[in-house]
Amino acid sequence: MTSFSNRSGSVSGTDTDTSLFDRRPLTFDAKLKRNRLNGLFTLISGLFATLAVLPLVLVLVYVLVQGGRLLSLRLFTELPPAPGMEGGGIGNAMLGTVLVTLIAALIALPVGVAGGVYLSEYAGKSWFGQVVSFGNDVLAGVPSIISGVFVYGLIVASRVFFGQSYSAMAGGIALSVLMLPTVIKTTYEGLKLVPNELRLGAYGVGASRFVTITQVVIPAALTPISTGAVLAIARAAGETAPLIFTALFSAFWPDGIFNPIATMSVLIFNFAIMPYQAQNELAWAASFVLVMMILAANLLARWLGGLSKI
Amino acid sequence: MTSSLSQQNTASMSSSDVCMSLQNVSIAYGNFEAVKNVFLDIPDGKVTAFIGPSGCGKSTVLRALNRMNDLIPGCTLKGRVLFDGQDLYHPRIDPVEVRRRIGMVFQKPNPFPKTIYENIAFGARINGYRGDMDELVERSLRKAAVWDECKDKLQESGFALSGGQQQRLCIARAIATEPEVILMDEPCSALDPISTLKIEETMHELKRNYTIIIVTHNMQQAVRVADMTAFFNAEAVEGGSGKVGYLVEYSETEEIFNAPAQQATQDYVSGRFG
Amino acid sequence: MSSDHGLSTDALFTRRRRPSSEKLLDLGFRQLTLALASIVAIVLLAILVTVFQGSREAMASFGLRFVTTSAWDPVNNQYGALVAIYGTLVTSILSLAIAVPLGVGTAIFITEDLIPTRLRDLIGLMVELLAAIPSVVLGLWAIFVMEPAIRPALELLHKLLGWTPFFSTTPQGPGMAPAILILVVMVLPIITAIARDALNQVPIELRQGAYGVGTTRWGAIFAVILPAAISSIIGGVMLALGRAMGETMAVTMIIGNSLNFDLSLLAPGNTIASMLANQFGEADGIQVSALMYAALILMLLTFTVNVLAQWVVRRLSLKY
Repeated sequence: MTSFSNRSGSVSGTDTDTSLFDRRPLTFDAKLKRNRLNGLFTLISGLFATLAVLPLVLVLVYVLVQGGRLLSLRLFTELPPAPGMEGGGIGNAMLGTVLVTLIAALIALPVGVAGGVYLSEYAGKSWFGQVVSFGNDVLAGVPSIISGVFVYGLIVASRVFFGQSYSAMAGGIALSVLMLPTVIKTTYEGLKLVPNELRLGAYGVGASRFVTITQVVIPAALTPISTGAVLAIARAAGETAPLIFTALFSAFWPDGIFNPIATMSVLIFNFAIMPYQAQNELAWAASFVLVMMILAANLLARWLGGLSKI
Repeated sequence: MTSSLSQQNTASMSSSDVCMSLQNVSIAYGNFEAVKNVFLDIPDGKVTAFIGPSGCGKSTVLRALNRMNDLIPGCTLKGRVLFDGQDLYHPRIDPVEVRRRIGMVFQKPNPFPKTIYENIAFGARINGYRGDMDELVERSLRKAAVWDECKDKLQESGFALSGGQQQRLCIARAIATEPEVILMDEPCSALDPISTLKIEETMHELKRNYTIIIVTHNMQQAVRVADMTAFFNAEAVEGGSGKVGYLVEYSETEEIFNAPAQQATQDYVSGRFG
Repeated sequence: MSSDHGLSTDALFTRRRRPSSEKLLDLGFRQLTLALASIVAIVLLAILVTVFQGSREAMASFGLRFVTTSAWDPVNNQYGALVAIYGTLVTSILSLAIAVPLGVGTAIFITEDLIPTRLRDLIGLMVELLAAIPSVVLGLWAIFVMEPAIRPALELLHKLLGWTPFFSTTPQGPGMAPAILILVVMVLPIITAIARDALNQVPIELRQGAYGVGTTRWGAIFAVILPAAISSIIGGVMLALGRAMGETMAVTMIIGNSLNFDLSLLAPGNTIASMLANQFGEADGIQVSALMYAALILMLLTFTVNVLAQWVVRRLSLKY
């Protein structure tokens, strides 16, 4: 029906130009250097992606197998055994992790959310806002062990809490120092996503700044803020470095917040390097519980993030 | 109904000198059908314009011509697109090779984050250019009518140019690879009137050597630059949620604008809708 | 006038004029958030002051010799942090050297439409979850699973390259090499996430432009997409370097915590962070001060790297 002008030889450019280009048939030629390179690089990047995913799979498999098989009621209700003894549980460490993380969250969440609100709603481009913002970035980069050193110097060594040195309180404060930058950052970014028209709309009906922020802006950004909070809490629950010389460890049930306390993360650290099999096994069991908690929190955060309306 | 109509359009054209031919082309994004049953023969060495209201699928059809739609996940095409005697959607066709022979200029100027010189030389080099690169860069920039603005800053970033200059740099980049067809997807929509005029002048120069297909929503532009014009429209599908585009009428530009065969074309070109 | 309900508008709207209590509340809320926001700055300052004050005694005794000597002798109160500083730098830099190609390659694999979207999202999710695994759990895994598994490979390295000082010792469990590998696992998610974001931000127009002149997928990636994303990727790599330097638990558990200087990567070593984790609880006297001094050096290192990262992102970012 239709015939095509013959263009296999001369192309509709000026004749001299076209000879300077390689003209090839339109069909795919796998032997071509560019196609071979293309395939090679795809293969390499696929290999890299496999290598990147492999550790997660291996860690999860070992934690599930080694830790999961020890799962029993005893694990939740008993204290760890004395060195050389069999059996026992990690009940005190679980309770301790909850307690210390709770203290950290109670400090870091209000301060962090308020800080984020200040940065997003009040600071503008003021010098103080920039100082806080820069300070927050720096604090986020401070190694977690430094926050332990800091709280050790500030609270443990100085025995400010009723003459007590190591305590659950000190551990919680050390963790809150780590959580704070994350909470501020996610709150700030969540609030920045709220369209400005919403604020203008509220001002337009005569709402004050306070009412606009607390009743219009923050509710609109509740999802990203709570997502950030969940992630920060999950991360804090697994932190060890700030706790080893603030909350220390305890072989007994928690005794108030001004005494040393056991946590799962410190228990894993202590028991992993002990030469006793019972302790090693409890370290795996604690890892199992901790990883499950943290993965659940992460999936919860993703689910929360999916709910976002803005 | 629509398809038989389009077939008539196709038949009315002279059968020789066809550069590209679309035969019953339908394009879908996932389950959503964007354009259906397009028959279209694009003549060699002419400027063909696609016009129509937004959402009628004219850009989608244009991108189908050098397999740009491959880059959109879930985009599928039924029918045949013939070029150089081959179906571009045959499984053995290499889309990279297709794009080397059918160049493209996009809606928004998109120079590479490289120097002006490299923006031109990059395409030529990967196309296996063996000649004098300096000369090719100059010739391409001259053809795209942007040489005077660029000649003193060839080693500066492509972003150092204004929007209109960037777009002409992108035209120069496209012609540096010596394609046989140049596709232009609303090349002036982001530009001011003066830059637009310059690019239209460039197009008049280019059609001596290339087949040009341009999508535009500016009807005056179609009148000014195009020899042939295809009018696309969109209609609601029964039971569906979106609209599906189709080719209403395809003829010489003069005919489309002065004596269209279809009422819908008449309404559109006289500004009654769209 | 609204005579229908017999009330004037003033009576219906009781708060036509803002009561002063509301203005007070407005101001009070602002000052409250400001006060709480400044806690960040105060904490940061307090950390600096605490660590600096704590390290003054050691600074006075050891000066800059602290950085260049490797004696760590609590009995004779002689302290030098060379082993730990060397370990910190070597483990973090070498782990980055491995993790950067892996992470960027993975990011390309899951952004550049090489595989179906579902698979891409799955790999992305798995890398994100890897970042959520606590350091101490990775350490446990490194001790009991990874280190025994890689030991044959390390022995082979020793056999082949034992003549160089870097592989001159026989691998015997904990050491720098396994620490480097576990650090790779830890920084990989950071690099992948940042490279992924950077690649996703390269505008679609730029990709189309590259494909439009007829590049292959990898041609476009190397010539156009990576150059456009490079500043953010470098910034991300620097952030990851900062994290690798300060990473504590997993490294402490697997590096061997040796106090003797050894160039060999197969020998036990130490980092500042792991030295702090190991000794801080039991230290007293000038040893605490020496540890604080080491902590100060670690802070300076990470601070420099982090500030540099932000500077890179700001300065090198291309406008597209």
